[in-house]
Amino acid sequence: MCEMSEEYRESAPKGPPPPRLSRDQKCVKCTEGLPVVVIRAGDAFCRDCFKALYVHKFRAMLGKNRLIFPGEKVLLAWSGGPSSSSMVWQVLEGLSRDSAKRLRFVPGVVYVDEGAVCGQSPEDRAKTLAEVKLVLQTTGFPWHVVALEEVFSLPPSVLRCSAQEPAGTEGAYKAAVDSFLQQQHALGAGGGAAEPALLSDPHSPTGPPTTAQTQALSRLFDSVKTLTAKEELLQTLRTHLILHVARNHGYSKVMTGDSCTRLAIKLMTSLALGRGAFIAWDTGFSDERHGDVVVVRPMREHTLKEVAFYNRLFAVPSVCTPALDTKVPEKASIHRLMEAFILRLQAQFPSTVSTVYRTSEKLVKAPRDGCAAGPRCLLCLCTLDVDTADSATAFGAQTSHLPQMQPSVAQARVAAGPCCCARIGGAPGCCRREDPRAQVMEQLCYGCRVNMKDLPSLEPLPPYILSEAQLRSQRATAEQEVREYLLGDSEDEAGTGES
Amino acid sequence: MPAPQCASCHKARAALRRPRSGQALCGACFCAAFEAEVLHTVVAGRLLPPGAVVAVGASGGKDSTVLAHVLRELAPRLGISLHLVAVDEGIGGYRDAALAAVRRQAARWELPLTVVAYADLFGGWTMDAVARSTADSGRSRACCTFCGVLRRRALEEGARLVGATHVVTGHNADDMAETVLMNFLRGDAGRLARGGGLGSPGEGGALPRCRPLQLASQKEVVLYAHFRRLDYFSEECVYAPEAFRGHARDLLKMLEAARPSAVLDLVHSAERLALAPAARPPPPAACSRCGALASRALCQACALLDGLNRGRPRLAIGKGRRGLDEEGPPQPSRPPTSQPVPDF
Repeated sequence: MCEMSEEYRESAPKGPPPPRLSRDQKCVKCTEGLPVVVIRAGDAFCRDCFKALYVHKFRAMLGKNRLIFPGEKVLLAWSGGPSSSSMVWQVLEGLSRDSAKRLRFVPGVVYVDEGAVCGQSPEDRAKTLAEVKLVLQTTGFPWHVVALEEVFSLPPSVLRCSAQEPAGTEGAYKAAVDSFLQQQHALGAGGGAAEPALLSDPHSPTGPPTTAQTQALSRLFDSVKTLTAKEELLQTLRTHLILHVARNHGYSKVMTGDSCTRLAIKLMTSLALGRGAFIAWDTGFSDERHGDVVVVRPMREHTLKEVAFYNRLFAVPSVCTPALDTKVPEKASIHRLMEAFILRLQAQFPSTVSTVYRTSEKLVKAPRDGCAAGPRCLLCLCTLDVDTADSATAFGAQTSHLPQMQPSVAQARVAAGPCCCARIGGAPGCCRREDPRAQVMEQLCYGCRVNMKDLPSLEPLPPYILSEAQLRSQRATAEQEVREYLLGDSEDEAGTGES
Repeated sequence: MPAPQCASCHKARAALRRPRSGQALCGACFCAAFEAEVLHTVVAGRLLPPGAVVAVGASGGKDSTVLAHVLRELAPRLGISLHLVAVDEGIGGYRDAALAAVRRQAARWELPLTVVAYADLFGGWTMDAVARSTADSGRSRACCTFCGVLRRRALEEGARLVGATHVVTGHNADDMAETVLMNFLRGDAGRLARGGGLGSPGEGGALPRCRPLQLASQKEVVLYAHFRRLDYFSEECVYAPEAFRGHARDLLKMLEAARPSAVLDLVHSAERLALAPAARPPPPAACSRCGALASRALCQACALLDGLNRGRPRLAIGKGRRGLDEEGPPQPSRPPTSQPVPDF
C-alpha cells in the first residue's frame, strides 16, 4: 500500500489472484527448464538461467561503472561470509581462460582475523585460520592474512587522504582497454600476464600476533560501553587495516562484498547514527574518500537470498566465524535493530529492500570533494559535517550541554567534556589545550563523535589515531597563530595529504 | 532515594531528569528552559517576525496544546497575535471529543477559535466517507494519505479566514525523525529532498509554515504538559493502526532505547541528505483549479478529491496512474508531513 512506485499492486485484478508457483511452472526466462529457485516477487528460474543472471549482474555492475581499468591490481576483501565468498568466486570464474569476455584485472585477497574481538579462543582462531588458508590456496590468487591486532602498528599516514589520481574519463577508459588489448596481442597467444606465483604474503610480519597486542585490543573493545559503538569501531579499524595492506602492496582498488540487503540495512543504520551526509559514500558503488585507494562494491545489486542460493547451488566455499553481534539480543545495538526491522518489514512488504536501495541511488556525493576542501574526520575521512552554525541540531546539541536559565561558568566546564569546543566556531583554544579528549572530538564528524562518547577514555585507542590527532591539532594551532601573515589559501600545498 | 537538587536554581528539589541530557531540574526551571528553547528556535530561525498573525493548528492533542500554551506565553515577547484553527475531519467518535478539548482550551486562554470542517470545504467528503469509499477487499484504505493532504489544505483555508500571516503546527523532533525513516522506507525522494529544514518559507501564495517545537523531543513535550497541568486529548485516531508511520514509530522507539540520542542523530542526518537534482521536486506553480501551491497542473488535494468524486479513489495515490489530464512523473505538492501524527 505504502509503496510509492510499486505498480503491480495498483493493477490488482478484480478476481482471485493468479495461482502462484504451481508445480509444473517453468523457468520464466527460458520457459523450458525446471525452476530451482524463486527470486524477487515470484520469478522462478532454472539453474542455468539463474547462474547466467547472477553472473551477468556482477559483470554489468563492473562494466557499467568503468572504474576498474584492465591490468589494475584489485584487492578483494574477504570476510569468509557468503557475500564476499561469492564475490571472490565470481572473480575467480571471471578470470578463467574459458569464460567469455574475461575480466581483466589482477586480484589479490585479504582476510582480517578478528577472533580476538569476537571472543574466540586461540585454538579456535588457529583452526579458523587453517580453514581460511585452505580456501585461499584453492583460489590461486596472492593472499594476505592479517590479524586485527596489527592496527597497533599502523602508521598515521593511514588517516591521510593521499593525492587522488585524475578520474578516468570515458576516453581514458577506452584508451586503456585498447592499449591493454594491444599488449595482449603482442604477447602472443599465451594470453594475459602470468599471475605472480605468490601463494603467501612475503611481507607478513611475525606470524601470529603477540599476547600483548591481543590484550591491548581486548582492553580497547572492553572499554567501549555500547555494542553499537563497538561495531562502528571495529568497522573503522578494519577499513584502516585493509587500506594499509592495499597501499603496501600497490593495490589501487578494494572490492567489498556488500550485498543489496546489507547495503539497505547499512543505509538505514547510517541515518540513525547521524551519518546522513555521507550515505552516498558509505553505500554507493565507489568510495573515493581515501584518495589513492578506491573501495568498490560490485555485489550491491545481489540480494542476500540470491547470494545464499547461488552459494548453495554452485558449492562456493566459505568460512563461518562468529562476529561481534552473534547471539546478542535484538535490541542490543542499532545495527541489529535495523537488520531485524528491515527483514521483518521485507516479509510484509517484499519491495522494501529494493526501494531503499533505489532511493540510495538518488543520493549524490555532496559537491565538496577533492582532498583539500575542508577538514576531514579523523576516523572516517569524510568531510566534517558539523560546521554550520545555525543548523537545527547544532542548537539542540548545545542546549543539552549547557544549563539554561542561570549559566554558571563553573558548571559549563564541568557539565560535559567537549562543551564549548563542540560549539560551532566557539572560542578557539579555550579549553583545547587542557583536554586531549576535546582535541580529538573536534576533529571528528558528528557520527564519529556520538560513537566516541561511548568510549570513556581515549587512551586504549591504537597509537596511530592518537598521534595523528595530536599532529593535526598542533598544526591547527600553529596556523591559527600565523593566520594573519598568510597570503591566500594555505591549502594549496600539494602532496602533503593535509587534514 | 531523595531527589537531587535542581541543577538550575539550586533551591528546589529536582522533580525530573531531562531525557536528553540527564540534567535534574525542578518543574518551574524545566518549563522555563523549555520555553527558552522554543523562543531561541523561533528567534534564531527568524520564524515569526513581530506583528505576525499566527494561526496555530490545534487538534486538541498534546503537541498542539503545548505549542499554543508556549506561544501564548511568548507572544508578548515576540510581538505576535495568535488564533487557534481546528480542523474537523469528520471522524466519528474521535474528532468530536478532541474538538471539545480545543474549545475548552480556547475558552481558558481566551484565544479566538475557528473550526473548519472537511464536510464544508470538500463537498461533503468526511474522513469516514473517504474510508468507506476506499475500502477495498485486498488493499489498505490509505486513509492517512487523504487526511494529511486535505487537512493541510483545510488549515490553510482556516488561516486565510482569520487573516493569518503564518501557520504553525506542533510537530516535534520525534515526528521529524519518523518522517525521514518513513520516507526512506517508502522511497519518497521528493519529500526527502524537501524536508529537514525548519519549515517552509511560503512560496507562490502559500502561507509560510513552521514548527517551533521541532527540536523538542516528545518526552519533553509530555513533561511540559504535565508540569503546566494542561488539559489535552490523548487518544489515537481510529485509523491510526493502518498507517505506515506506525512501523517507523516502532522503529524509532527501539532506536531510542538502544541509543538515547537517536532522535537528534536522525534529525541531523535528515538535514544533510544530498539528493540528486533530478530527484528534487519541480519548482511550484499554481493549481489550475483552486490556485493553491502545486507542482503539477492539479494540486494534490484537488487530485484526491477528483478521484473520490469520480468513484475511483485511488486515482491520485501512488505514482504513474493518472486518469486526470496530466502526464509526467507525479510529485506530491504537499509538505513533508502529509502523513501526520494522529493528534498533535
